[in-house]
Parts: sequence; structure tokens; C-alpha cells
Amino acid sequence: MKHRFRRLGPPLLLLAPSLILMAVFVYGLIAANFTTSITDNHTAAQATGVEPTSTVWFENYTTLLASDDFQHSLMNLLLYTVVFLVGTLAIGFVWAWLLDKPIKGEGIFRSIYLFPMAVSFVASGVVWRWLLNSNQGENASGLNRLFQIMGLDFLQNNWWNNVTFGIIAIAIPAIWQLSGYVMALFLAGFRGIPDELREAGRMDGASEWKVYRYVLFPQLTPIMLSALVIIGHMSLKSFDLIMSISKPANYQTKVPAVDMYVAKSSFDYATAAAIGTILLVIVAVVVVPYLVKTNRQEK
Amino acid sequence: MSTTVSTPVPPKDATGQPVRLRQDKGRERFGLARTLRYVALVLGIMVVLVPVYVLFITSFKGAGDASPTRAWNLPETWTMQNWQDAWTALSPALWRTFQMVIPASIIAAFLGSLNGFVLARWSFRGANLVFTLILFGMFIPYQAVMIPLLQIFLDANIPSGVPSLILLHVIYGIPITTLIFRNYYMTIPHELVEASRVDGAGMLRTYWSVILPISVPSFVVVLIWQFTSAWNDFLFAVFFSSSQNGPVTLALNNLANGAMLQNYGVSMAGALFASLPTLVVYIILGKYFVGGLMSGSVKG
Repeated sequence: MKHRFRRLGPPLLLLAPSLILMAVFVYGLIAANFTTSITDNHTAAQATGVEPTSTVWFENYTTLLASDDFQHSLMNLLLYTVVFLVGTLAIGFVWAWLLDKPIKGEGIFRSIYLFPMAVSFVASGVVWRWLLNSNQGENASGLNRLFQIMGLDFLQNNWWNNVTFGIIAIAIPAIWQLSGYVMALFLAGFRGIPDELREAGRMDGASEWKVYRYVLFPQLTPIMLSALVIIGHMSLKSFDLIMSISKPANYQTKVPAVDMYVAKSSFDYATAAAIGTILLVIVAVVVVPYLVKTNRQEK
Repeated sequence: MSTTVSTPVPPKDATGQPVRLRQDKGRERFGLARTLRYVALVLGIMVVLVPVYVLFITSFKGAGDASPTRAWNLPETWTMQNWQDAWTALSPALWRTFQMVIPASIIAAFLGSLNGFVLARWSFRGANLVFTLILFGMFIPYQAVMIPLLQIFLDANIPSGVPSLILLHVIYGIPITTLIFRNYYMTIPHELVEASRVDGAGMLRTYWSVILPISVPSFVVVLIWQFTSAWNDFLFAVFFSSSQNGPVTLALNNLANGAMLQNYGVSMAGALFASLPTLVVYIILGKYFVGGLMSGSVKG
């Protein structure tokens, strides 16, 4: 016992502050949030403890999931995530592929592709709000005006003001911001593949395309998986960009994270908590298998 | 490279930059393929820089210059008025953001370094599980803890604004800082720590005199990472501060989406102000910034 403590004691003691913080502020609060989400805590008086709350179990969840309004948010989230993922992965991959072979000015290209990553979504939202202005024709500004100048008038559209697909317009700035990151991931992947592999392929008489198709791409699968998980979970949590481009109450572009903010602002804590838990479940479905798999491989 | 903890990790130099494994082969001839590559790459740059162009020209345009027909033209007369207005509106918030971000980065980096050391090189049974449990904190949508978090901070009388935000960024920064340090310490030879143990040094002593001195590069990476993500945070800012005591992202959002007539010139100048510190860090310490990206994931 004593021996065990001497081995386990010091490391655990050093970890203790962080472990306690994580236990309370991650796991404890997830549990606390869940308990709020199964109450009828819908008013300011209840939120501040003036009036009592009672347990209603999963009523808030069923109400939410049955409402057209929230289903619209979930649909938006799905659309946004698909477009965001496909866009960043495709562009990031192409950029990495173009930069893979030695080329003059590689550093400059890399730096410029990556720089949007250093900017906040709120700041880029300011300019993208202008670019995605829905006015057309005479009053057009932003991208619509640019299309006119380029003679591509038919491309003009009302961007995020479209009820069904408006959310896709918001994915454009997201793609702009994170394609460089995916490029950096893939580029590191390309560079991590030993040259012998390519050489071996070429020796066997494979064409350049076949070397990529059969030798390099399979090696990149783990990187692709990481990129999917990282971009995917960012997309599911997306909030800043939507808030700064369209207003929170904007029906066209709302997602669960925005609904949660709106519910909280009107002191509907139970609904806000329920939305939080739903988001957590969605993210966990993506992230937990990945973490478990990673953990296994380490052993 | 690793939330991606398991991907085949390319060798890195001290800064976390992947080492170039390949020398120039000279394989590619001058010619069509090469030209096409350049064209594609330059096209990419032009697209990426479109928003930057808009930000700059609009921030120098006067109120009379706002006609949509001239949206993409250079300003008719260049004016600094927007920049002055934006500075007046944002400078208190900019200052508060520095006050918040600096302590938040330093404390979180230090905690992450301790955790990383223990998990990588003073390990114990179950360390991997502990690490995974910590890591999960990085991925959770903060919406799932926000309501009780608000109540706790209220009950504990933690003042909204800078003090609340420092605490939050420290707490929720722990997973990513731990991850980066752990991955870095994993690359340190076991012998280094063993030698110190054989010499009779305890854990703290080993950390202090063996590990800490070689941790500078990853401290830089972690500090930049924390600085950038805390600086750019909007979610916690919205829930835990107001326009009177909040950081610059909140102030900028109020400036841009406020009740007043929308003035794009001022808000774009404001967006440039708000981005300046992180952009300066990116330009000066770019390779460390990339190191952080590679070793971690991203906080949305």
C-alpha cells in the first residue's frame, strides 16, 4: 500500500489541479446540465430560484425534436457540416497536392493559404456579411456586384437569405478560413511518406497518377480521418460565424448552438440545457470512437 | 500532428515543423504542368485575398463613397475617419482583451506542461485513460455545460468580464495544452528522465531541472495557440461578459451588428484592429503557429 502510494502519489498530486478542474467543469457540469434539462425551468423566476421547478423527464427533448423549428436547425447543421467538410477537404487536399512537389515560393503560398486561420470568425464575419449581401441588380454590392463586373450575372443570388439553403452561404467563409489548415495537415502527411515508397512505385513502372492513387493516397487515410473529426466537430459547434453574419433570431441560418443562445437569453434554461445535451450527443458520436481508437493504438 | 495522436508522425525539428524529407528531384520539367500548377496556386491566393482587399479599401472609404456601384473600386478620397472611429469604439475592449489573454495563456500553458510531463514521462497505470478523459474536454460543445457554468459563476460571485473569462480559458484550455506538451515530451528520450531518477532526483526536481529547460519551443507553441484561441473567442465572451467589460470580439460584433445604422467602413476598420494582434503573432512566429495547429486540433 505504502509502496503503491509512493509510486502513484506524486504524479497524481501533480495532476490533481487539472484533474479536479476537468472532473468538475467538464464531467460534473455535463451531469448538472442534464439535470436542468429534465426540469420545467422555463422562466426567469425559476432560473433565479424564486419559483420552484419540477422534473418533467424527457419532455423538453421530445418537444424540441418534434418541433419544426428545431428540425430546421438540425437540417441546417447537417447541410452546413457536409458543405464545410467537403469544401475544406477538397480545397485543402488540392492545395497540398499542388505544393507537394518542390516549387518556388512554397512558403509564401503556404503562409497566405493559412493566414485566415489566425483571424477570428467575428472579424471575418464582418467582411463576409458585406460580401454575401443579398441585394441584386442595381443595388447589388459584395459578391453579387463582383459577378456583375465579371459578366457572370447569372451567379447572383440571395445568399444566406434563402430559407432552405441559406446556411450553405455561411459555410463559404468557414471554408475560406479552414482550408489552409487542412492543407497543412495533408502537406505534413505527404512529406511524412518515405521517398522509397514513391521510388518503388516508379521503379515498377507506375505512372505518376498511379503512384498517387495506389501508394500515396492510402497513406493519407489517417490524416484524412483526423481532418474529418477536427473539422466535423468544429462545424457541429459552429456559432460565432453565424452570429456575426446573420442575427441570432434569423430563421434561415439558425443552428442548435444559436437556438441554445436564444433560449438562454429568454431565461428558458431547461430548453437551453436540453439543446446543449443534444449537441453533446451529436459531437460525442463523432469524437468518442475516434478517441477510443486513438487510445487503443497508443497501447 | 495529433489529436491525431496516432497518425504516422513526420519527424519534426525543435519548432514542431515537419522536416523536409525530400530533396528537390528536379523531376518536373519546365513546361505545361509546372505552369498550370503556378496558375492554380496563384488563383488560390487571389481568392483567399479577396476579403482582405475588401476590408482595406472599405475601411478607407468615406461615408459618401458607399454607393454600391463603387463597391469594388478604390476609395475616391482616402480617409482615416473610420479608423479613428473604430479605435475610439474598440480601444478599451482591446486593452481588456490583453489583460484577459495574457494570464489565461500563461497559466494554462504551465498546467499543460505539468500534465504533459506526468502523462508522458512519469507515467502510471491508467495514464492513457486519464489522458483520453482530459482530451475529451477539448471536443465538447461548451453549450452542454453553459447553463450550470453560468449558475456556478453567479453563485461564486465571480465578476463577469475579464476575471470570468481568464478562469474559463484556463480551465477549458487545459486539454489542448496538455495534449501539445504530452506529444512533445513523448519525443524526449527516456534516458534523460531515467538518468535524473538514478541521480536521486524526485519528480518535481526532474521536471524543474531536466524537463523545463528543454520545453521552450513547445511553450512558445502553446502560448501562441492559447493566445490566438482566447483572443478570437466569442462564445464565452457572449455568455460571460457585456459590452462594458467584454473582449474585443464582443465589442466588434456590437459595432458591426449594433442597432445603429450599419457603417461598413467603421466595422471593417474595427475588424482589422481586432485581428491585428493575432496577425502580428502569425507573421512573426508563423512556424510556431503552424506547430500548434499540427499538434492540436482547433477550438471552434
